[in-house]
Amino acid sequence: MAELNISERQAGDVTVLDMSGKITIGEGSVALRTAVRRMLEEGKKKILLNLAGVGYIDSSGIGELVSSYTAINKDGGQLKLLNLTQKLQDLLAITKLLTVFDVYEGESEALNSFK
Amino acid sequence: MALVRERPCLIVVTVETTEFKLPSRIGAVEEVAAAVAGVMSRSGLDEQAAFGVDMALREAVTNAVLHGNKKDETKLVEVVLNISPSALEIRVHDQGAGFNPETIPDPTIAENLLKTSGRGIFLMRTFMDEVDWVIRPEGGTTVRMLKRF
Repeated sequence: MAELNISERQAGDVTVLDMSGKITIGEGSVALRTAVRRMLEEGKKKILLNLAGVGYIDSSGIGELVSSYTAINKDGGQLKLLNLTQKLQDLLAITKLLTVFDVYEGESEALNSFK
Repeated sequence: MALVRERPCLIVVTVETTEFKLPSRIGAVEEVAAAVAGVMSRSGLDEQAAFGVDMALREAVTNAVLHGNKKDETKLVEVVLNISPSALEIRVHDQGAGFNPETIPDPTIAENLLKTSGRGIFLMRTFMDEVDWVIRPEGGTTVRMLKRF
């Protein structure tokens, strides 16, 4: 089984990436990078990462979230985060990245925020 | 004058030591973490503390593989785990040239928030009670991390 599984669905003009597994150095970080770059190539610029199934992330994974955020912003798009586990929420708080990312607990609220 | 005879006092401190040696590849991070998780489960650390130790260990081994040994698989990363009744100590050795940890910028200040790397040492320091580095005279760097029970 892959370290990080990503499935894509469309909610209006927002692309939701449902993720489960780990975003860690190597396979997990690469999978996230590949998925986000592919979204941009396909012109999908409103991206919601549903992290409900992501139980673990390391500094490489955190770096990849930042890299994705920066790449999408640079392309005129928006990246938002949905359903952080408590551990992920704590890590983003410790690293002060909760001040950078738009984070939501409910999907409809997250989707409406793109409008 | 009364003579007080003190009984000799014997203090026994049991330290359980576990050592791992792995080639410098990214897969080593998961291998060491899985092995150490088994040892930690017997250490009495609570779940929150064990999560932090696991993360600090992964970051230290990642740094040893990437920055110390520069993914040269002929170079080894050595991990030594010492569990005593009072603390868990982890030492991670690499065969790299070493660095000055004071030169690593604080990743939580505004100008560094959008950097894509540079958070590993910060996380190690966050989750462990002590973190220090030694550049060994025979070559290589050792990071020593301590978590008190």
